[in-house]
Formats: sequence, C-alpha cells, structure tokens
Amino acid sequence: MRIESEQAFQRFVAQARKRSSARSREVLVCCGTGCLANGSAKVAEALAAELAKRGSDVPVATFTKRTGCHGFCERGPLVVLQPQGVLYTRVKPRDAAEIVEKSVIGGEVISRLVYKDPASGQRIPGYAEVPFYQRQTRVAMRNIGRIDPADIEDAVAHGAYAGLAKALFTMTPEQVIEEIEVAGLRGRGGAGFPTARKWRSCRAATGDRKFVVCNGDEGDPGAFKDRSIMEGDPHSVIEGMVIGAYAVGAHEGFIYVRDEYPLAVVHLTLALEQARARGLLGANILGTGFDFDIRISRGGGAFVCGESSALMRSLEGKVGEPRAKYVHATERGLFDLPTVLNNVETWADVGAILARGGAWFASMGTAKSKGTKAFSLVGKVKNTGLIELPMGTTLREIIYGIGGGVLGDRPFKAVQTGGPSGGCVPESLLDLPVDYEKLTEAGSMMGSGGMIVMDDRTCMVEVARYFLQFLTEESCGKCIPCREGLHQMLAIFEDLVAGRGKSGDIEKIERLARGMQLGSLCELGKSAPNPVLSTLRYFRSEYEAHIERRACPAGICRELTAYEIVETACNGCHACFKVCPVGAITGKIKELHVIHHDTCISCGACFDVCPTQAIRTFPKKELAERGVA
Amino acid sequence: MSAAHAADPKPLEAILGAYPAEEASLIQILQDVHRAYNYLPCDVLATVAKTLGVPLAKVYSVGTFYKAFSLQPQGRTIVKVCTGTACHIRGAAQLVDELQRKLGIKPGETTPDMGFTVKTVNCVGACAMAPVLIVGETYHGNAKAAKLDTYLAAGEADDAD
Repeated sequence: MRIESEQAFQRFVAQARKRSSARSREVLVCCGTGCLANGSAKVAEALAAELAKRGSDVPVATFTKRTGCHGFCERGPLVVLQPQGVLYTRVKPRDAAEIVEKSVIGGEVISRLVYKDPASGQRIPGYAEVPFYQRQTRVAMRNIGRIDPADIEDAVAHGAYAGLAKALFTMTPEQVIEEIEVAGLRGRGGAGFPTARKWRSCRAATGDRKFVVCNGDEGDPGAFKDRSIMEGDPHSVIEGMVIGAYAVGAHEGFIYVRDEYPLAVVHLTLALEQARARGLLGANILGTGFDFDIRISRGGGAFVCGESSALMRSLEGKVGEPRAKYVHATERGLFDLPTVLNNVETWADVGAILARGGAWFASMGTAKSKGTKAFSLVGKVKNTGLIELPMGTTLREIIYGIGGGVLGDRPFKAVQTGGPSGGCVPESLLDLPVDYEKLTEAGSMMGSGGMIVMDDRTCMVEVARYFLQFLTEESCGKCIPCREGLHQMLAIFEDLVAGRGKSGDIEKIERLARGMQLGSLCELGKSAPNPVLSTLRYFRSEYEAHIERRACPAGICRELTAYEIVETACNGCHACFKVCPVGAITGKIKELHVIHHDTCISCGACFDVCPTQAIRTFPKKELAERGVA
Repeated sequence: MSAAHAADPKPLEAILGAYPAEEASLIQILQDVHRAYNYLPCDVLATVAKTLGVPLAKVYSVGTFYKAFSLQPQGRTIVKVCTGTACHIRGAAQLVDELQRKLGIKPGETTPDMGFTVKTVNCVGACAMAPVLIVGETYHGNAKAAKLDTYLAAGEADDAD
C-alpha cells in the first residue's frame, strides 16, 4: 500500500502505533554484530520457541523482537523486557525457560541476570537506570535497540519518517536548509563541515541531475557507530537522505557501505524495499510529486574510499583515488555532477532535526559544535560499547562516568580519537570538553567517533607504528608525499620498536611529517602524521627511552622487553603455564613457576592472565648483564 | 590460457545479466564474481572487461586495488583476524602469531590443502568484543590464542555441511 497524502500518512502512523501498543509485552533481543558474536541469535530462537511452547500460559500476547545494537556490547547478549524495561545481560539460550517462566509469566526479576554495577557492586534491573545508558542522550541512535530494523511499521510507530512528512508537506527546500542551519549540524564523519552550507551550495549548482550520497565506508579502526546505525535503524538514514535530496533537488542517491558490514547491507536493502512499497521512496513520494530513489553500493575494502572524492570514484566503478579539491563535489562530484555527500550519522540526525526543530538540536552542545555525537568507546575500558552524548561532554565523564574506568583499574595513559587521522590525548587533558575545535587543538580530531582507551600497558611508540603500518597499507599511492613519506616513516618506527633507533630519528620524523602535511593530495596523507606528532607531543620521553636506553617503558615492544616471575607473588596457579604458546614456562601446580628466557618470545600472554600480578617486565638488555644468552 | 583452467562460465552469465553493461557496474560485478568463484579467475576478468567495454588493464587495476578481491584461489574456510586499533591493543598480534604456528601460513596465504586462507582485516566494527576472529561466517569475540583449535575445528565442520 503506497501512501499518497498527508492524511494517509497520519493514518499509517496511527495504525502502526496501535499495532505497537497492542504488543505491550515485548522481549527485545539485541542482534547487532557484537551480540551476534556472543550468540544472541540462539538466545532469540530459544526465547521465541519457549514463548510458543508456553503460549496458553502467557497472560498477554508477547513478542520476541530482534533489534539492532543496544550499544552495551561488552555485556552481550542483551535482552530487554518491555514495558517493564528490565535489562538482562550475558543471557544464554539455556536461560530462556527461566526468563519466560519467572519474568514474562510471573513478572519477577531474575537477579542473577541483572547488570551488576562494578563501581557500587549493586545490581541494577532497570535499563534506564544503568549508568551506561542513564548518562546518554540519543538523537542519531534514537531508535536503535527499540525497533525491529526489518519492520518499517515498527520504525514508524517510533517516529520514523515524521521529519520527512513535515518537510515534504509543509516546507520549501530552502526552509529545510534553513532548519538544518539553525540546528548548526556539522558533518559527523569527522571533518565537521557545516551541513547546511554544503546543501545550499549543491542546490545553487547548475544542472538537473544531482546526487545525494551516504558515506557508510566507516574505515577508522575502532569506530563502529555507522555500522550500528545502518544495522539497527536503517530508516533513519533513508529518511535523512530523502529530506536532503528534496532540499538540494536530487533524484538519485547512493549508500556506499563497507564490504566488512554484511548485516548492514541486508538491513538497508530490506528497509529500502519497504520504504519503496509504502511510497516513502521512489516515484511520487507521499503523493507530493517528488521522485527520489536510493541504490546500495558495497565497497571493495579500501580505507581511502572513506575520503569523499575517492568514494565517488569507487561508485563510478574505478580505483578509489582521491582528487584535488579545488573543485567542490557540490559542483562536480559523482560522474562530474553536483553531489552532496554526508556521513551515516549526519543523515540519521536530519530526520530528528526536522521533526523536533533546529532550535532543539542547537540547544545541546557547545558554542560551535551543536547537538549530540555518537562514539564507540573501546579498548582498555570496563564498559565498552556505543554511546551518544551532547557535544562538550568531558573525556573524564565519558571514560570514567560511562565507561566505568580503566579495565582492571590500571593507570590511564591516553585515549586515541579520530582513527589514523587523529591522535592520542593524555591524562592531563581528561577534563577536555569533546567537540571539533577542542580535539583539534589537542592535536587529535573528532574523526568518526572511535575512542580507544589505553592503559599503562600500551607503548605509544608502538601505537604510532601501528597507525603508520595501517596507513602504509591503505595509502592509494597516487601522490608521493603520502606514499613515500609513510614508507620512510614506518621504516624509522620499525627500527625504534626493535631497539635500533638512532639519535636524530625524532627530528627526521618531524621533518617528514611536515612535508606530508604540506604536500599530500588528500586528507589521508595530510593527517597521516597526526598519530606520530601527538604521541611525540605528549609522550616524547617514551621515544627517548627507546632510542637512548634501548628500553620500552610500557614493557610491550618484544625486542626490548623480557618477562620474569616474582617469586614472592606467584601462587602456583598454573594459569601462565597454560597460555604460554611456546612452552617457555615450567612449574608444578602450587609451586613457583619460572620463565625460560631462551624460549620466551615476549608475547605477554602470561602477564595478561596472571591473577596475582606476579609477572614483571624488565629491559631485555639486562639479560646480558645477568649472563643469560 | 588452457581450457583445463577455464572457469565455469554459468555463474558469470547470471552475474553479468544482473547489472547494466557500464563501467559503474565493475566493482559490484567483481564482488559477485568473487563470491561465486571464491577468487577472480583470469578468463572471467577478460569476459567482464569485454562485456563492459572496459580495458582489461583497468579491470586488473580495480581487481588489485581493493582488498576484497584476490587473484589467487582461496581456501575453503577464510580465517580473518581483525587488526583494528581496539583488537591490536587487546592482543590481535598473538592470534596472528598462533595461527602462523598452527597452520604454517602467514596472513594472505593459503594452506597447501586449500583448507584455510588467513587474512588480517582493518577493523570489522565489533571493537567492543576485541580481539575478534572470524572463521568463515562466525564471529568470535574476546578470541583467545589458546582456543584457536576450537574455533578452527568449528569452521571446518561448517564448511563440510
């Protein structure tokens, strides 16, 4: 049934809401990639089977609903019981019978499955009361975890396409752009370009054929907000794109999705079909005479394609090499025609801004960075997962308030933001309010919202080497400063971590970095030195230790680090013996264990499992002093 | 190229029929070809080039530029180690080392019996579960080097189904 008028749309919404409230009892099972990896599909099956089996006992009709990512991946598989709002974590298929018996039928809370707050040690049954969720404000992720991404009616019952209806039925394209301007929306892919300015420039560009593109090539390692949005609420992306197309006067759209995100492709494809069938996409949208359709294009697995001009070449079927940007994509983009390209999260914000007003969005955030921002909080932090917060929230609030602090209560060292284009922010800047400007001032950048927490067991020289290796592999090779600069810099870093650093290396790195910043064609090359420069800025002493003392202060670089067991602390639990991949540890249960340096490969597996912290690192060169070969 | 090595043309016909014969379809077609043949066979690339009217050299450049494509036949089970930042600092290198010890191959290589191909991938977006190992279609979160045998055995069993 296609919707062809405002009244028909309102009827559709009312009908969807009615169906939704009839399902007053819902068992939501998170089926995002994280929870699926933990076996949530089997949990959903077990719950559905158990409900079907007990059908006659269940007091009210109860549905098992597979949702997108709730964000709290670390505690998955997650199950939420509605309307009570009870959150169960780490649910196993064998818990299904008990959940149906006690909670669905009996209305009891099963204490064993409830989240235990590591800070207070208390069990918190309510989804909304868990600190991880309590401190968040969700706009782009407003419906993720609440709706079934494979069911458009469920999405509409939760407000999807209300912004589109308002734009098409009551606003001119210019008014839509004004609303986005009032909201102060800036690109969520990381660069932070004002969205309204981009749209206005494309609207003004000459030509009848224009394109709207969604950048879903979320390549920054450590970032997965776009994956979760495309998987968990594909309609928010589609709605935003239709509004954007209406504003700029485009009739064709593309969603470019990373090859590594198969579930996102499945959910987007389904959502596009359902939107088309309802007249929310395709010819004569909502009966207003406006035509716009979207195609999905799967990426080929190249990081550089996250760069907008490279992405457009890839859409054209070509090798993903960027272009110089003296001509804007809004004038000559895809197929050399005017194109608006925005990130997944930017598109997801658009519908909410239109529905609730630009002023509402702009009431959150800082002076220049408005609204909320999604982050993936990962690495050495207790509560890993996906979060969304008003701009300007401090790093301390994010890492300690929501994240619960550093894993194992180890000392905090740095947080990496902005992926390979960003940098590492040290402990002294933990009170930094997070927005575009503040992160750039700190030598990092917003990027696509990955926040990787690092503890004292992270070597900053090695982290910089890691990003250089990543970028060396991913540089497209078109321009020399990026291709050769990365290659040379990586060679220096490989020497540094292997204890072959020379005095003068740091200065050489700084010279190379300047050349790359000035001479590279695209942002990949220009920003490539950021991880190096930010670690040099805040952790220069670690570089000096590698060069001058041939030592890795964090005890990570294998060539520079040896391991030993502290006799007084070893309780003979045998855990290290079991994990050693090369059999370098000997010892009987309940007796002192010993690491044999001739076979040890310094992988650190024993260090990570030792329950009594009996394993200690020391500079490898001391082995020679002790007379060990 | 000898006829003995020529790939079955049937899947290719269906793939080519599904897209407009223009350069913009190239990457999508190569992705389907890769899925159907498990790699990009040389003679298939020649047919694709001819059908789309794109020079073979250009098809080759696209086929070698993107990581999703391989010009070599792949193992029956693909083992991917995520080496994104979160996985890196939570021990992805140990997984790569242990795979190398167990299977005798480095990332990018295939075991001689064509059982496994090992790859590293730059972030699969499951960072909260780091480190992540993907055997076939199955994601293993918080993967441990000591449990590799279990992961690999399950992958082989899936493959036999």
